[in-house]
Amino acid sequence: MTDTTLQAPAVACRGVHKSFGSGDTRLHVLRGVDLEARYGELTFLLGPSGSGKTTLLSVIAGLLKQDAGSVTVLGRDLARLHNGEAALFRLRNVGFVFQQFNLIPALTAAENAAVPLLAAGWKRKEATERAKGVLADLGMAHRAGVLPNKLSGGEQQRVAFARALIQDPKLVICDEPTSALDGPTGRHVVELLRKVALSPDRAVLIVTHDVRILDFADRVTEISDGLIQRVESRKGAH
Amino acid sequence: MKPLGEAGLRYIAWQMLTGDRPKYLGLVLAIAFSTFLMSHQMSIFAGLLDRTRSQIRDVQDARIWVMDPKTQYVDEVRALSFQDLYYVRGIEGVEWAVPLFKGITRAKSADGTFRNSILMGLDDATLVGMPQKFLAGDWRALQSPRSIAIDRVGYEYFFPGQPYATGQEMEMGARVVRVAAVVDASPPFVNLPVVYARYSEALGMVGGERRQLSFILCKPRAGVSETELCRRIQAAAGLKAQTAEEFGWDTIWYYVRNTGIPINFGITIAIALMVGALVSGQTFSLFILENMKYFGALKAIGVTSSRIVGMIVMQALIVLAIGYSLGIAMTALFFELTKNNLDLRGFRLMPEIMLLTGGVVFVVVLTATILSVRRVVVADPAVVFRG
Repeated sequence: MTDTTLQAPAVACRGVHKSFGSGDTRLHVLRGVDLEARYGELTFLLGPSGSGKTTLLSVIAGLLKQDAGSVTVLGRDLARLHNGEAALFRLRNVGFVFQQFNLIPALTAAENAAVPLLAAGWKRKEATERAKGVLADLGMAHRAGVLPNKLSGGEQQRVAFARALIQDPKLVICDEPTSALDGPTGRHVVELLRKVALSPDRAVLIVTHDVRILDFADRVTEISDGLIQRVESRKGAH
Repeated sequence: MKPLGEAGLRYIAWQMLTGDRPKYLGLVLAIAFSTFLMSHQMSIFAGLLDRTRSQIRDVQDARIWVMDPKTQYVDEVRALSFQDLYYVRGIEGVEWAVPLFKGITRAKSADGTFRNSILMGLDDATLVGMPQKFLAGDWRALQSPRSIAIDRVGYEYFFPGQPYATGQEMEMGARVVRVAAVVDASPPFVNLPVVYARYSEALGMVGGERRQLSFILCKPRAGVSETELCRRIQAAAGLKAQTAEEFGWDTIWYYVRNTGIPINFGITIAIALMVGALVSGQTFSLFILENMKYFGALKAIGVTSSRIVGMIVMQALIVLAIGYSLGIAMTALFFELTKNNLDLRGFRLMPEIMLLTGGVVFVVVLTATILSVRRVVVADPAVVFRG
């Protein structure tokens, strides 16, 4: 990726509309959203329940197609990609951290972290070795062979980070990464995320309503009723 | 697009399936027991129907059965006359024709044990219709006056615990006879002893009708087909003539149409199918439902729907293969363990039943898979972002 490319935002949404249902029951969830997430920044998308955060996240992830407007992710217009192409694009370029972690219970921490590599065609042994390396970076080397149900919430979160980062993606999307954690653990986790995930050629987009972790944001975008209400740049505050 | 990482996804699918031990075992056992119930009940059903024609099947040296035109099955006959026999012998294409008596009489051993028995009266000169396998004695002994051959069931009933041997005296009807041979006859529909005697001897063991000729057994000359000879006999003698195969099937269909056997077994098999389908289908659907968020996560990460469908189909095929194999093994084991039980003779697991059961179980699992897969494919992909 060239410096010129990096000057463009990693995620750029322009006038995005998305609604569900039809007729009287039609629900207009996104009503012309503009959003940017830049490389080297931790962008927070804040908003109450029902504000459209999840829908916007799904559109950015390419899991939903917008009705109108444009969504460019890492320079690609996702609306122009077929489902299979969009899936491959996500597999290679986007890392996800889900609210409930969604670690597969029957796989060890290392195997869970290795899932994107396994899906991309890596051999199991090599993928697991690499996952162990990433887990070690997150202080989880000693828990690599443990099943998720034996891990604490914070440890599960780190495995989820490892899974998101293992392909070295250009964009990391985190959905409520601290909602299942207590205050200190949540702060520690975001601190860790900032440390391991953020780099000049990577953007991190965090959807949250947890104001306790706002200190870590480089950019805060607030959404309400399907519209962006406020954008605040806090770059350099850290 | 070239498929990526199928081996890795197969590993994940396998771990997801077997990692949830209780559900995995529940699925496998539901399919196994469903397979066992269906294959077992179908085997008993088929074996029972096959027993109805056992006396026809045991007559291996004659291929054509001639009988009263209104005869429907082997166990209900109207006697023919010897003139019919002579007439049949004179029909062009008949190599030979012999009489066969089939009736029921009461047999009694020396210690007073008695039981109704199937009595087969065979042609005095040729003994056509005699079972081929002898456990004691041989066919020549039947040429002696007042001699009978008795099958295993009869022998073990009248002489329990005794090794197979000849020489014991019994009463057949009002006549005292001697056991000259023990034979291995096919089990009849009702598990009665089967006794063989020469035709002239058999008539003396039963009272009743003046005419006792139940069937005429015959063989076509070389160059004349069985079907053609049947046609000629029917045309010339006005009697019903069928090949052993046709008569056997007519007997089976008579029991199917006129007894509650098919309905009762049909109900059992249907219940086995429904219970198996419901339990395995429901368990598999629950399994998929509970794994929905993980499939959703895989989808979000970049695994396409078609690859996820492949994972689910693989999981379904694994439980199908293991459950079906286990169920069939249970059925086979049952018949292996009971093969020496005289009451269960003739019941066995037939390859056709294995195939049929496999087909039914496959359709059940396939339906459950399609319904489950549909859930995953049509699921809102954003489900993964919801808590």
